[in-house]
Amino acid sequence: MSLHAQDDPALREAQEARLRAAWQRPTGWLTRWTDTNNNRVGVWYVLTAFAFMLFAGVLALIMRTQLAVPDNDLVGASTFNQLFTLHGSAMMFLFAVPMFEAVSIVLLPQLLGARDLPFPRLSAFGYWSFLIGGVFVLGSIFFDAAPDGGWFMYPPLTTRTDLSGLGADIWMLGLSFIEVSSVAAAVELIVGVLKCRPPGMRLNLMPLYAWYILVVAVMILFAFPPLIAGDILFEMERLLGWPFFDAAKGGDPLLWQHLFWIFGHPEVYIIFLPSIALFAMLIPTFSQRHLLGYPYIVLAAVGTAFLSFGLWVHHMFATGLPKISLAFFSAASQAVVIPTGIQIFAFIATLAAGRVIFSTPLLYATGSLAIFVIGGLTGVMVAVVPFDWQAHDTYFVVAHLHYVLIGGTLMPLFAGLYYYWPLVTGKKLSDRLGRTAFWLLMAGANLTFFPMHLSGLMGMPRRVFTYPEELGLAGLNLASTAGAYLFAVGVLVIVIDLALSPTRAKVKRNPWNAGTLEWLALPEDEDWGIRSVPLIETRYPIWDQPNFVRKVDEGRFFLPDAEEGRRETIVTSVLDARPVAVIRLGTPSWLPILAAITVGGVFILTTYHLYWAALGSGILALGVILRWLWTTAEIPEKPCKPIGHGLELPLYVAGPAAPGWWAVFITMLADATAFSGLLFGYYFFWTVHSDFPPPSAGPAPTWPIAALALTAASWGATIIAREVHRRGRVGLTRVLLALGAALSLASIAAGLAGPWQAQLDPATNTYAAIVWTLAIWTVVHSAVAAIAQLYGLARSLAGRTTPSHDADVRNITLYQHFMLFTAVLTWLTLGLFPEVA
Amino acid sequence: MRVRPGTIVKGLCGTALLFLSGCNRHQSALSPFGDDAARIQVMTVVLVAGAVVIGIAVAALMVWAVRLPANRLTLVGGERFILIAGGIVPSAVLLALLIYSLPAMRPRDVSPGDLNVAVTGEQFWWRVRYEPPGATPLTDANEIRIPVGRTVRLRLLGGDVIHSFWIPGLAGKVDMIPGRENTLVVRATRPGVFRGQCTEFCGLSHALMAFDVVAMPPEAFDAWLAGQQAAPARAAAPGQALFAQHGCGGCHTIRGTEHAGTIGPDLTRMGARRSLGAGTLPPSEANIASFIRHPEHHKPGVRMPAFPHMPEREAMAIARYLKALR
Repeated sequence: MSLHAQDDPALREAQEARLRAAWQRPTGWLTRWTDTNNNRVGVWYVLTAFAFMLFAGVLALIMRTQLAVPDNDLVGASTFNQLFTLHGSAMMFLFAVPMFEAVSIVLLPQLLGARDLPFPRLSAFGYWSFLIGGVFVLGSIFFDAAPDGGWFMYPPLTTRTDLSGLGADIWMLGLSFIEVSSVAAAVELIVGVLKCRPPGMRLNLMPLYAWYILVVAVMILFAFPPLIAGDILFEMERLLGWPFFDAAKGGDPLLWQHLFWIFGHPEVYIIFLPSIALFAMLIPTFSQRHLLGYPYIVLAAVGTAFLSFGLWVHHMFATGLPKISLAFFSAASQAVVIPTGIQIFAFIATLAAGRVIFSTPLLYATGSLAIFVIGGLTGVMVAVVPFDWQAHDTYFVVAHLHYVLIGGTLMPLFAGLYYYWPLVTGKKLSDRLGRTAFWLLMAGANLTFFPMHLSGLMGMPRRVFTYPEELGLAGLNLASTAGAYLFAVGVLVIVIDLALSPTRAKVKRNPWNAGTLEWLALPEDEDWGIRSVPLIETRYPIWDQPNFVRKVDEGRFFLPDAEEGRRETIVTSVLDARPVAVIRLGTPSWLPILAAITVGGVFILTTYHLYWAALGSGILALGVILRWLWTTAEIPEKPCKPIGHGLELPLYVAGPAAPGWWAVFITMLADATAFSGLLFGYYFFWTVHSDFPPPSAGPAPTWPIAALALTAASWGATIIAREVHRRGRVGLTRVLLALGAALSLASIAAGLAGPWQAQLDPATNTYAAIVWTLAIWTVVHSAVAAIAQLYGLARSLAGRTTPSHDADVRNITLYQHFMLFTAVLTWLTLGLFPEVA
Repeated sequence: MRVRPGTIVKGLCGTALLFLSGCNRHQSALSPFGDDAARIQVMTVVLVAGAVVIGIAVAALMVWAVRLPANRLTLVGGERFILIAGGIVPSAVLLALLIYSLPAMRPRDVSPGDLNVAVTGEQFWWRVRYEPPGATPLTDANEIRIPVGRTVRLRLLGGDVIHSFWIPGLAGKVDMIPGRENTLVVRATRPGVFRGQCTEFCGLSHALMAFDVVAMPPEAFDAWLAGQQAAPARAAAPGQALFAQHGCGGCHTIRGTEHAGTIGPDLTRMGARRSLGAGTLPPSEANIASFIRHPEHHKPGVRMPAFPHMPEREAMAIARYLKALR
């Protein structure tokens, strides 16, 4: 196919018809929900997160109504505690993070000129998990069973079953489920950014939004797993009585605070950086010039991500930690201002250098920057330790965090909403309603939260369902309540604007005259994503590459056709985006929904102590997931296909060239991070207790070392299997995989034998509990290893894995590397550390 | 003439307070009665002033940026602007801030002769134990008395769940964590009655977990402590028998009687307290009687069992008895 061929309109129409057929969406009233296209799943995701935000906002309004006057009894203490717990938890876990992922799922393929994300079914799984988990958690308030321990869930208040009820389990298990889906979406987004860029889009030509997606998704990858580790310890204590946080049995409540805030502080930047990313897209558009300081912004984003993992103790300044560590964390907390400052001043410089078009989205952007700056400045104040000793856990902090989150998340999302609405729907939102809403929101936010700075310093603690008149805080609180209603009216105006959108006419394509790739989207619905995948030479191709839009539309770039009627997208190399392969994408399927239901069943049934049902759901989930995996890495009908311009790309790749390999690698990084959270627990207890590990408590080195040896042997067998497989010795490969599975299973027995023989009773003391937890974590991974090895064997027997198509074997080997890492740390710690210590 | 920062602070706060009529003076970080709170108040003013200046500067830059015609700022100039305004200036300001703020974290020195007061957070009240050097300890609840002008070392202990101990007028807050002991060293600078409150969410009645702080002239404090340590004589009262009969002594101590329970607050000085139920209610006899019969009406989640079947008359008798304890 030459450039010349694309001159023929009949050919182009035929191509379009084939593309349209390949990307045909399911339309049945039931089957439409099996759709996996990012345009649909992303929009469902956005709408669901938006609905959860409205719900959490209503909870806040009820709270403000209760606090309007002193000694009010509109709602009781129990309801109020559920309200603030759910408000915070929902805004964090069901709105801010999922909204970032939702927006990214909508935008990323467009930003990268890809047809879809690399794993569309994984996006769908993430969405359905999010929906099920979110409804489960939020619905609990209608049964007066919502979590009521605060969004931070500090034990022992929340782990003692005499002081907390079902709500705590709903929080832990419901949100763990959401966290799993968040990590799944992060994997999808990272692989999308790294492997699905258009040819020529080297890392330094990437749109900044893609950079931020990469940074934030990597942060999710390392921030959520410590919380998942904490959740595991937490539920072990609640459901089984294993004492991790119970000081009377050797636990320590501070362990939870560390794990929670190692997650919780990066979380703040996880939800703030995407907003900066939206600014980085819309400010160049409304300045009609390139963004100034692109490399600085990228470095600043990466720097913020690094620093954000070193700040968590500033949530614990009042816990009595050594002053020297407080000083360190105070300095680190202040240092994060610098990369943030760089990013904000890059926007100001861009506005200064360009010709500013003061549109509604830009109005929101500048307004939110103003609010965010106030929150940032109070943030510096609370980073000063002595000041924080006064301000901590008072309404001052409520004011600070809402300035940060409204200025750094909510208002920027509204900016993004007004900016990107035409991209998704082909229609603009109303400028008049948008600006009205903007001023209502600005007035409401400031009236609500500014007085809280004062009421906090004047003695109003957080999380109180009422306050006595004698504190003299009635006036300030009434002002805050009035502001909250004003803010709610602002949100309502936006909702009305959205509701009126279907009545409005379509606008022209790229209505803001933007320069980045995503604005190639047509006002008409086409599910193929992009007509042909362009060659990228600049950061703003629509502005800078001659005839760019026409060439894309006429299919003059790559992959303009779907000859085999398959959904395809181009895979490129990580650094310099050289085309590597064409991959076939997942099509609409029930599997993601079934997987979400069955995995969700494990969490939800466990909440109600229905352990056998949960086990059944887990087995079903395993079956569904294996069935789903079975459809992946299929061997294509021909080795290669032409994509235009004389380029011919393979249809099958394995190892580091393949998105699947990267997905395994990234998932296992998250898994290893969760594991290190558990291991941190072990060594944390060692640092706080002089009698940890207790002398001669066991286990003796024998069994743990045996478990390690068996795991290492299984690892070795798998590596040899990969090598002989590559050389065509299929029979020997099968034997080795079976042997590896047997060794993995044997390591389970050996691993459990250690603590079993030492008669460690996990319900009586912390040491036994953490030893059992580490052992169980590791043997569960060995079980997964065995399943993976048997899966590889089955794939080989079924002819779906061959010496020339060995993605499965390579991915299993990759898993084994992480397995060995986990086993080495666990078994050496359990077997040898008591001897050393 | 040099103006002391303290004077400026008082002036600014006075002005601000004019606008906040009826505002609270006894539980406020802006109305200090101790050295540490006063120092942090000065710091607050410095921080607020700095924040206002920086905030206005950033806002002005934003307006300037929007108004500046296109292409006046070159690429090189723009990048230099980003580095200076976003990197160098904040670094310098923050370095200065660190140099200013870090020394303020140094705790006050204590000597072995200083008074220790151990405070334990319980759901939803405060166990207080005075530990004067060389004298017998004294247990009390929900009220803390400290001598003005003397260094006092507060030992903060976790009881059932995490609480946080905050007397805004005296010093910053410190958490009370089960299994750990934290220390807060304070010195009051003027006498008066103030208020403190729990600031770590601790359950249903977290909002109703306050206490009174009485800063006394040192001699008065010494006299009070000595008077308390002498075993008080107790005259027989009708409520006393009812108190015993209903088993109240299983949880509560009244020194000088056989009641020595330690699960609930010590009631030896009940009649002298300024509030009932850790800052929940005014300590009238009617309120005490009502609290005995239906504590959960006043304080959700309270650990004290209800006595709904106790006749009103008996509850009032017990209340009268308790009200007379000083």
